[in-house]
Amino acid sequence: MLRYLLKRLALMVPLLVGITIVCFVVIHLAPGSPTDLQTDLNPRVSAEAKARLQAMYDLDKPVYEQYLLWVGRLATLDLGRSFSPDHRPVIDKIAERIPITIIINILSMLLIILVAIPIGVLSAVRQDSLFDRVTAVVVFVGFAVPTFWLALLLMILFGVNLSWLPISGIRSLNYEYLPPLAAVLDLLKHLILPVLLSAFGGLAGLSRYMRSNMLEVIRQDYITTARAKGLSERVVIYKHALRNALLPVITILGLSVPGLIGGSVIFETIFAIPGMGQLFYMSVMSRDYPVVMGILFIGAVLTLIGNLVADVSYAVADPRIRVA
Amino acid sequence: MKTDFWYRFLRNRMAVAGGVVVLLLFAVSLGAPLLSPYEPNEINLREVLAPPSHAHLFGTDHLGRDVLSRMIWGAGISLKVGFVATGFSLLIGVILGALAGYYGRWVDAVIMRFVDIMLCFPAFFLILAVIAILEPSIWNIMIVIGLTGWMGITRLVRADFISLRERDFVQAARAIGADDLRIIFRHILPNAMASVLVAATLGVAGAILTESALSFLGIGVQPPTPSWGNILTAGKNNIDIAWWLSLYPGLAILITVLGYNLLGEGIRDSLDPRLR
Repeated sequence: MLRYLLKRLALMVPLLVGITIVCFVVIHLAPGSPTDLQTDLNPRVSAEAKARLQAMYDLDKPVYEQYLLWVGRLATLDLGRSFSPDHRPVIDKIAERIPITIIINILSMLLIILVAIPIGVLSAVRQDSLFDRVTAVVVFVGFAVPTFWLALLLMILFGVNLSWLPISGIRSLNYEYLPPLAAVLDLLKHLILPVLLSAFGGLAGLSRYMRSNMLEVIRQDYITTARAKGLSERVVIYKHALRNALLPVITILGLSVPGLIGGSVIFETIFAIPGMGQLFYMSVMSRDYPVVMGILFIGAVLTLIGNLVADVSYAVADPRIRVA
Repeated sequence: MKTDFWYRFLRNRMAVAGGVVVLLLFAVSLGAPLLSPYEPNEINLREVLAPPSHAHLFGTDHLGRDVLSRMIWGAGISLKVGFVATGFSLLIGVILGALAGYYGRWVDAVIMRFVDIMLCFPAFFLILAVIAILEPSIWNIMIVIGLTGWMGITRLVRADFISLRERDFVQAARAIGADDLRIIFRHILPNAMASVLVAATLGVAGAILTESALSFLGIGVQPPTPSWGNILTAGKNNIDIAWWLSLYPGLAILITVLGYNLLGEGIRDSLDPRLR
């Protein structure tokens, strides 16, 4: 197991290097130099201050040296300072906003697992039943629904017309005066719609995947054997078949990480949730390059970590993987 | 072979429905000047946020512009973005996939690692980061959506090339002295076009979805150019008073994407019924 883990970690190194190169190339797509925006908008900035900025980003050095210095700073998690008036370190700005984003993503993932797997299993077990056909249609339409539009419709229905759920932020205005239990409920109420919507895309995909997986497993010899032994259908399906059909789901969940993180930009902007996605959007709009690059890098690293966790969990669950 | 394809395709009701939707959208885009009841950018401040009525079937927006007319003109924008962006993805995906699959070894290793690296980035993050640096404009988003959507096509084309490159007809072409370029593009690629065509159809749907999300966030197609996504922005800004601004453009996106998806799946099933 340890050897497998080390092998996986070693394979991550070239990917990590690649990620830094792509980020670096993106920064240098900027016409002119990254310091232009900061200084051009402010005519009072002296030539001397401009030179100081250039030195900070090492723009006076050859490109490969710029890259190495930049990666060196990245390794110590020094992502530079924000262009915004507060000039705070990028890493601090991201750190204070990342927890809510991760909480929402983990809740969505749990929701996806809890809903998609039973649906997939049921439609496989009752292949071609009414249930199977209806879910097939729902899933197919689900793939085509723009989730931000669905968010608007649900906001109109539950927020505006029925006034059941709040439609922006993560806390009510009177949050500080609520007793602890009410405060938690208040937070949950604010999270219902965002979590539901960010899970939506994954729901369709995973339930389809689970269905075809289950169908494949049910056709295998050992299932026939289990039936021939006289085991009840319940034991055959939910004990013998389900275990093997569940394994590849781990990989799919790992692969869904970039989609979930990317989607956070849309949901956090729509629902005014103060997370990393909203910070990213605001930084894109105000062209706060250091923050944009910092989040781009962190987003890719989170994906990498998600994939690693998925691979390792798979190896834990399935001994065939770690021996091979 | 060809008649087989059409026979199967036309018997697949869902695929035909998808094809009809796609054709209708082309017709609407081309016929926009004739079909739209008002000028898409005609501002009428006396009819701001008017609900759907006989005069304005889908209502008006915050500047009194007719929503139906803007949606009709927006159809062409979506189509253009979908096709050009997918074109870029195809160009990159097919070339890299062909090189990786045909040459194998280090060429394959380098290209496929690059694919892995690109797949680490949440696509939406990468698109937004590049848009932050370039200007948000219709051309830039086409290019950026294309540049971030080629990885799946590369994998498909590579797989096809690997299974085709040792076939007899390739050996024969080599024996009569055809060079690599000729073998790749004239002999192998036509045999890999089926999966490329399916991926491209589904890719157009994906690109249209991405464009609408970007335009919705205000970093895609810029107003006053109408797009389904930026009408929805007005819908969000007036969410408590004007439901029609949110409902109709989203339905248009849904139907369009559904159409392309049905068409793509239909083509796949008809090209090779075993894939079902």
